[in-house]
Amino acid sequence: MKLLFERSVPGRKQAIFPELDVPEVAFDEGLLRQKAPRLPQMAEVDLGRHYTELAKQTHGVNDGFYPLGSCTMKYNPRVNEQVAALPGFTDIHPLQPEATVQGCLRAMHQLEGMLAEICGMDAMTLQPAAGAHGEYTGLLLIRAYHQHRGDTARTKIIVPDSAHGTNPASAVMAGFTVVAVPSNAEGGVDLDALRAAAGPDTAGLMLTNPNTLGLFDPSIVEICRIVHEAGGLCYYDGANLNAVMGHARPGDMGFDCVHVNLHKTFSTPHGGGGPGSGPVGCKEFLAPYLPGPRVVEGEDGACGFDQPEQSVGKVRSFYGNFLVAVRALAYILTLGREGIPEASASAVLNANYLAHMLAEAGYTLPYGERCMHEFVIDCGPLKAETGVSAMDVAKRLLDFGIHPPTMYFPLIVHEALMVEPTETEGRETLDEFVSMMERILDEAHTEGEKLHGAPFDCPIGRPDEVTAARKPHLRYEFGQEG
Amino acid sequence: MSTIPEELSYTTSHEWVSNEDDVYTIGLTDFAQDALGDLVFVNLPQVDDEVVAGEAFADVESVKAVSDVFSPVTGVVVEVNEDLLDAPESINEDPYGAWFVRVGEVTEVGELLDAEAYAAHCEQEA
Amino acid sequence: MGSYIPETREGRADMLDAIVLQSPEDLYAVVPEGVRCGTLDLPEGLSEMEVVARLEGLASENVRFGTVLRGAGAYRHHIPAIVRTVTSKEEFLTAYTPYQAEISQGVLQSIFEYQTQICELTGMDVSNASVYDGATAAAEAVLMLRDRRRSEVVVAETVNPDVMAVIRTYCASRDVPVVTVPAADDLGVDLDALRAAVGSATAAVYVQSPNYLGIIEDMDGVVECAHASGAKVVMGFNPISLGILRSPGEYGADVAVAEGQPLGLPLGFGGPYLGIMATTKALMRKLPGRIVGETTDAEGRRAFVLTLQAREQHIRREKASSNICSNEALCAMTASVYLAAVGPEGLAQAARLSAGHAHYLAERLGELGFALRSDRSFFNEFLTTCPVDADQLVDALARHGILAGLPTHDGILWCATELNTRADIDRAVRVLKEVCDR
Repeated sequence: MKLLFERSVPGRKQAIFPELDVPEVAFDEGLLRQKAPRLPQMAEVDLGRHYTELAKQTHGVNDGFYPLGSCTMKYNPRVNEQVAALPGFTDIHPLQPEATVQGCLRAMHQLEGMLAEICGMDAMTLQPAAGAHGEYTGLLLIRAYHQHRGDTARTKIIVPDSAHGTNPASAVMAGFTVVAVPSNAEGGVDLDALRAAAGPDTAGLMLTNPNTLGLFDPSIVEICRIVHEAGGLCYYDGANLNAVMGHARPGDMGFDCVHVNLHKTFSTPHGGGGPGSGPVGCKEFLAPYLPGPRVVEGEDGACGFDQPEQSVGKVRSFYGNFLVAVRALAYILTLGREGIPEASASAVLNANYLAHMLAEAGYTLPYGERCMHEFVIDCGPLKAETGVSAMDVAKRLLDFGIHPPTMYFPLIVHEALMVEPTETEGRETLDEFVSMMERILDEAHTEGEKLHGAPFDCPIGRPDEVTAARKPHLRYEFGQEG
Repeated sequence: MSTIPEELSYTTSHEWVSNEDDVYTIGLTDFAQDALGDLVFVNLPQVDDEVVAGEAFADVESVKAVSDVFSPVTGVVVEVNEDLLDAPESINEDPYGAWFVRVGEVTEVGELLDAEAYAAHCEQEA
Repeated sequence: MGSYIPETREGRADMLDAIVLQSPEDLYAVVPEGVRCGTLDLPEGLSEMEVVARLEGLASENVRFGTVLRGAGAYRHHIPAIVRTVTSKEEFLTAYTPYQAEISQGVLQSIFEYQTQICELTGMDVSNASVYDGATAAAEAVLMLRDRRRSEVVVAETVNPDVMAVIRTYCASRDVPVVTVPAADDLGVDLDALRAAVGSATAAVYVQSPNYLGIIEDMDGVVECAHASGAKVVMGFNPISLGILRSPGEYGADVAVAEGQPLGLPLGFGGPYLGIMATTKALMRKLPGRIVGETTDAEGRRAFVLTLQAREQHIRREKASSNICSNEALCAMTASVYLAAVGPEGLAQAARLSAGHAHYLAERLGELGFALRSDRSFFNEFLTTCPVDADQLVDALARHGILAGLPTHDGILWCATELNTRADIDRAVRVLKEVCDR
């Protein structure tokens, strides 16, 4: 495919802006740019076709099954897009007088309330722009809490070894050091290791429950108790909330603060990597530290902004990814109190069904067939037997129009494929996936060598990532035409 | 079987060391580079940085992993092999030529293995 | 109640059967009784029709202004029709991060194109694939420049206050001292004070130009002062202004950051927006966030991949310099389509119109007694005195569908873009004259 710059023809343009209707400003020569940016020069038709071609080489949720573990690639409802595009939301300046933005404030306030109810929390902020940003924000609350109590020795955050990489990275950004605790044989937190790690220097624990193996930790109450007794707080990484929403609440498990991913659990689209949204919720005692401004409802029913007294400060400009929040609000309003638990139960059912069928097919499930919303396949035995790795299996799936499961995560399973079907797939899609996986297993045993070269039917084969990283080529280099 | 030159000393974390006039040259062994796969970048310390025996002083990146390189000695960096920045592949191609740093003013030398002991160590880890 | 579960209840019962479970409740057998929740206190689910009505109702509670003379970090510009057409394509909208390069060449190529356009716009060598917004871009930028010898950050007080606030938050949590430098009387950063603030411990100096009050800063002076002490310069810029104004690269900045919202993104009550970050080749590996690179496949075909990933949290974990994972990819694509649609000439025209309208507005306001607070050059924002009560002024304009400039502690901060035509401005000035004459 040609790049925009290779399609550019000098002199081509679109009539977007009118002529000047006022005198041109005469800036000093020294303030003006000397070299014009070599932006593409294109007619509208050329530009439209360019992106149509790019779209054909992009795999979205509507292109096929997307069982990407830990990412919750559920269907993105169209009505969410429609309401988020309402000019009454898109064309509102963030610094308009409060009286003129009551609809926006009310939407935020309603969503905050619903998310708090789903999480078992007392207060929420929509300011964080993504999950990792939410983790950072939640950890700032924990840090502020200890500091305001003069408890400055609490510098460590405990993170299980199965955690997503953002957990330790967020902890360091928030000024903590990280203590990793190992998983036990059942994939849960090793309680003895946790007891040994928790102490007077413990600021808190970060935990995903169900964890990245798709397992709900039955000791969750005990885990939170151990941390609390050591004087630390418990942070819930909501990456896997889609497994339990409406059935169990982080707040009831003992967690003090949480983040949720609107772009996972609450059906907002991923956009090829973003924008997401990572609202943070907390119990009442942490609310004074939340980022400001916060939306509050006055006695007259009007909404306004308020600055929390001991706020950790802002983590983003304005109030967060508002238009993403509108989509999530539409989603929760659609599902309602019955639909929320039904969605998570169906996600768990689909995962259990798929785990069962894949185990029947001959894949190894190191932690058994029972899981929550996702599960991990270990391709280690397959690799030992046939030489075919998790990577090979994943790449072969591409030929069948299926987005592969997450590869090589969590790190504690070396040849991991992490499968999350979500609730928005019917049985026939799952059965079709199983038959593809059976076929790949068959190929592994009969022509395993060949699979190292998969995929065969994609626009490109496996790219040379080593050269890409050794000799980074990160922008188009113009030839003589520039 | 990886190459293990007789004249060098080794660490259990797979660095090699040579000592010439009390200046220690440090690199990664053949065993290490083979285990790490194609290296794509090296983060190196600067001249005058202090290094401590048993602590990381550099790291090496492959496409999907990053690994620390530990110092066998405590001292001060006197020379850095900046050629590695442009050619990390030389660690894969010539591990005993692709030195990382030279360290002087050495006040402590950690536990080192001779070639035979290191070969046995590698045997165990393989 | 609405639902997006395709499988019927009967179908689900069959699936339960297949895995030898009796009821949906059995799926949660592992969850301890004590932490199971009853029915949530949420409203009953709604049909699509009802949801649309509910959200339209909320949207209608907001006031849309026909004329917006307020900026201060969010700018109402014209959005070419093709921008929304492209970015609402389902493939782009619903794809995940392009880790599987073989089926993601479209989105990877679009990011590579975006990176190239940002390099061209800023005059820098390398751009990442975006961060959350302009404020986090600035915060990430000052933090990425720290090293073992330099750990302090110097920030001009003339930057956007939200950006300053986010820099403070990010720096405070890492115990990085932030030294602020006040404005001089002419509303530009005080260069003498800056010179005094920058020292051997300074890692980064952050200055925004045009600054929060619209003034084009003396970036030559800033760069010279910072570099003389061995500190790096992070320059905040307005992307539309670079259609005509000197680029960060031409000033010799080390990192260029911006709020990318003006490039085709709606005001959207503050988000999602776009954090632009670009730097020099020397600092390439310190840049946080995803980066796309060009390579080839085994058959020699051009291919794009996410690269330099060993910098990132999913590999480097607690040693990563940033925790960013999700970014604003679709907003970056929006900016890329915008820049391709308007082209170099269109971007310059948007800049000329914005500056022209702002200067015309300033002149007309001056006739009414709203005096410019500075005689320095400005782009499309400027601060004036306010000879009348600011609240009255805002209310009076609002009654005519006009969003006034932003009242600040010492005046009104006005803004104009290409959308504020001469006729619009004349109309606003007529309303203002009535307020002044009262």
